Amino acid sequence: MSAVADTHAQEHHHGPAKGISRWLLTTNHKDIGSMYLMFSFAMFLLGGSMAMVIRAELFQPGLQIVEPEFFNQMTTMHGLIMVFGAVMPAFVGLANWMLPLMIGAPDMALPRMNNWSFWLLPCAFLILVSTLFMQGGAPNFGWTFYAPLSTTYGPPSTTFFIFAVHIMGVSSIMGAINVIATILNMRAPGMTLMKMPLFVWTWLITAFLLIAVMPVLAGVVTMMLMDIHFGTSFFDASGGGDPVLFQHVFWFFGHPEVYIMILPAFGAISHIVAAFSRKPLFGYASMVYAVGAIAVLSFLVWAHHMFTVGMPIAGQLFFMYATLLIAVPTGVKVFNWVTTMFRGSLSFEAPMLFAVAFIILFTIGGFSGLMLAIAPADFQYHDTYFVVAHFHYVLVPGAIFGIFASAYFWLPKWTGHMYDETLAKTHFWLSFVGMNLAFFPMHFLGLAGMPRRIPDYALQFTDFNMISSIGAFMFGVTQLLFLFIVVKCARGGEKAAAKPWDGAEGLEWTVPSPAPYHTFSTPPEVK
Amino acid sequence: MRVHAKRAVALAAGLLLPVTVMANWTMNMSPGVTSTSNQIYSLHMTILWICVAIGVVVFGVMFWSIFAHRKSRGFKPANFHENTVVEVLWTIVPLAILVAMAIPATTTLIEMYDTTESDVDIKITGYQWRWQYEYIDDDFSFFSNMSTPKDQIRNRQAKGENYLLEVDNPLVIPVGKKVRFLLTANDVIHSWWVPEFGVKKDAIPGFINETWTRVDVPGTYRGQCTELCGKDHGFMPVVVKAVPEEEYNVWVAEQKEAAETERRLTEKDWTLEELMERGEQAYATACASCHQADGTGLPPAFPALKGSQMALEDMAGHIEIVVNGSPGTAMQAFGNQLSEVDLAAVITYERNAWGNNTGEMVTPKEIFDYKNQQ
Ligand code: HEC
Ligand code: HEM
Ligand SMILES: [Cu+2]
Ligand SMILES: [Cu+2]
Repeated sequence: MSAVADTHAQEHHHGPAKGISRWLLTTNHKDIGSMYLMFSFAMFLLGGSMAMVIRAELFQPGLQIVEPEFFNQMTTMHGLIMVFGAVMPAFVGLANWMLPLMIGAPDMALPRMNNWSFWLLPCAFLILVSTLFMQGGAPNFGWTFYAPLSTTYGPPSTTFFIFAVHIMGVSSIMGAINVIATILNMRAPGMTLMKMPLFVWTWLITAFLLIAVMPVLAGVVTMMLMDIHFGTSFFDASGGGDPVLFQHVFWFFGHPEVYIMILPAFGAISHIVAAFSRKPLFGYASMVYAVGAIAVLSFLVWAHHMFTVGMPIAGQLFFMYATLLIAVPTGVKVFNWVTTMFRGSLSFEAPMLFAVAFIILFTIGGFSGLMLAIAPADFQYHDTYFVVAHFHYVLVPGAIFGIFASAYFWLPKWTGHMYDETLAKTHFWLSFVGMNLAFFPMHFLGLAGMPRRIPDYALQFTDFNMISSIGAFMFGVTQLLFLFIVVKCARGGEKAAAKPWDGAEGLEWTVPSPAPYHTFSTPPEVK
Repeated sequence: MRVHAKRAVALAAGLLLPVTVMANWTMNMSPGVTSTSNQIYSLHMTILWICVAIGVVVFGVMFWSIFAHRKSRGFKPANFHENTVVEVLWTIVPLAILVAMAIPATTTLIEMYDTTESDVDIKITGYQWRWQYEYIDDDFSFFSNMSTPKDQIRNRQAKGENYLLEVDNPLVIPVGKKVRFLLTANDVIHSWWVPEFGVKKDAIPGFINETWTRVDVPGTYRGQCTELCGKDHGFMPVVVKAVPEEEYNVWVAEQKEAAETERRLTEKDWTLEELMERGEQAYATACASCHQADGTGLPPAFPALKGSQMALEDMAGHIEIVVNGSPGTAMQAFGNQLSEVDLAAVITYERNAWGNNTGEMVTPKEIFDYKNQQ
């Protein structure tokens, strides 16, 4: 009898629970990581389909498919869903899966909180997406929700938007606390800070950024809530408030937020480039310092989004100089990656293809960022399609390609199978061509004078918009292929070795593939 | 100044040649027609070429590795992972480039911020979704609405040459004079942009922003609102006509006289038919974007006026909401936007159009008295 009970207990300990409760109640970092990744991909498709609506309307001049009100809801929801629903949860998913494996820990430090921070997200997005069906429609004031357009002039659903942002914020903060607690307390003996893998480093810094700025976001939406329902006038000029204050507070959150969306990708790319160059990462220490410098500087540049609001010239100059300065550590990272590839022994499996495209295209986004930093020139670029091109070059080949590269790199570890390399390469090339067709012409459109967030445009912008829409559809459809590749890989395929990439380094490759439900119950020794 | 102007013309001509051949494939920023836009253009080109140069070096090394250092070619990996000299170099060199770049940017910025010693001052107010231009020194003002017909937007009619970039009343400025703009907004934030001038500034409720321009080449210049300001954000163009000084003076005199005539119209005795006729026009430009041409509105955001209780029964409430607006909603105070005649006409129109046949009329004098009592 007691023997039976014992085996039962052991089974319980070593395998996942069965049925829905496995997912609802799980505290296992791998399960939670998978859920984050699946959720984020669903949001990526949802936000992507909204982008398709935008691009379909912009295919030709004139209003064809949607009304301007709905167009504005689409741009707003697309931006919000991509930023908060697709990119951020994907990185948290990667962190959940990989941080414990990389530092030799059995799980995240706070497993119950981990479950809670995941399950808050579907709730938040259910609320956000439901606003589309409310009277007056969904938020329509852009993902930057500038007051007073979002307060005095906002639709009734704004209150639900605020509530959803609060829940997302709570989820992100809890996720960040968990990451910090895990990294600082649960590293394997011998893994000093300067021996940590770069993905761990970049996530540690990202988590501090999150804790610093998510409360600021919560603050600004709460001030909006007060203005809308409780008669305050934080942002209402007719009541003595200040609409520009909104922008300062928002961008104090917003600029570090863009680094939150890219730093973890920096970390993952560093591993992938080194692995497929079969050569150690060049300049590990300078990589760490560069990320630290970027994180600190990211708090000092927020008003580069506000060069046209009429700041005093001293402010204007300060924010221009600080922004130019941030290009230096970013450059260091790019130089390090390229030097890592230099005189390596390169091969180009899907993760490496995405990583190389990341470096090239993110750098192009960095170049347009440098141009935007020149304050006088920004007067011409600001709020045009040049900016849309810029941030999509850092977000799509930056954040999204970083996530794809990581997914292909670690899929064998997650599923125990190799993915279909031919299909994955097809996914890459179609994404690469589609993405560039969609976003490169936007630079030209912006320079030629097309403002952003408009449902219709003057005739001289017709041709490039058409090309851009075609590229966008191509990119959009291609992402279904990724879904197919992942499902196929999860269900079967060539068995993956514990270390399927000959150049890869790190503790995650010392456990079998697929990684057992529980790993590193006894910590490994790091020399 | 002259030099800039000549350079601008030469550049514009140079750009125009290929442009006319290539139709709509404009790929670069226009150098524009002011010294500011010229300077911005040269900053833009400088930083662009710097980026291209850095890109060539970085991507050159990368593609070299991609082609030469492949595993499939049997290339054996080196094992270096540090080099203090290069690492210091590629921190210092970019820093030096950026400092070099920041210097001309700073001087340009200082010039852009110098709004002193202007010859003409114009106050620009953003409304959902049109611009008001107020000639402060000459005491007249007018609204500038997009004039592209709905049928073109709805693809029922061929689109004109200046589709979406045409207005009923353009801003008129004299050539060769320093014009100072004072920008503010009545409802939400808008942003006033004319690419050819290199001028973009936000118009923010409760703030007055300043900027300036001096245009040397006569012509018509077009731009748009660039800050998301609600549903018709894409439909609030900016059109500026730069004319020689004599022509400008004549135009100003005409405008002053027209303003005077308008004031006199208030005194006149109006008939219902006259008011209806005028009201229909005023309604189309000022109200139809929200309440729709047929008065059915876009509920719940913008209520219907057709059959509305206020339009049918509550005359005092009707006057009050049109003159003073409804605070905290998109319904603005039109008291200072429209003349007494137009206010009276539009209210009369709303009370008699679309089957709201009340037969009641409001005269300009009544509006005048109502405003004065406040
Ligand atoms: C920017 C959009 C917008 C424009 C332009 C606009 N309105 Fe309105 N209007 C509204 C909104 C919103 C309300 C509802 C106000 C409220 O709920 O208190 C409203 C309400 C009204 C009402 C009261 C309707 C009722 O039944 O209660 C009248 C009358 C009216 N507007 C007349 C006008 C006139 C006349 C014009 C043009 C001179 C005009 N509006 C232009 C947005 C607009
Ligand atoms: C599927 C590919 C995508 C396409 C075709 C696409 C297209 C667009 C377009 C056309 C706009 C401009 C809308 C406008 O200004 O009128 C836009 C805005 C935006 N996109 Fe994307 N996008 C894509 C993916 C992404 C991704 C992956 C992100 C990442 C986080 C993202 C973030 C944003 C943001 C933040 C905005 C600004 C929204 C706003 O103006 O408020 N997009 N997108
Ligand atoms: Cu920023
Ligand atoms: Cu606007």
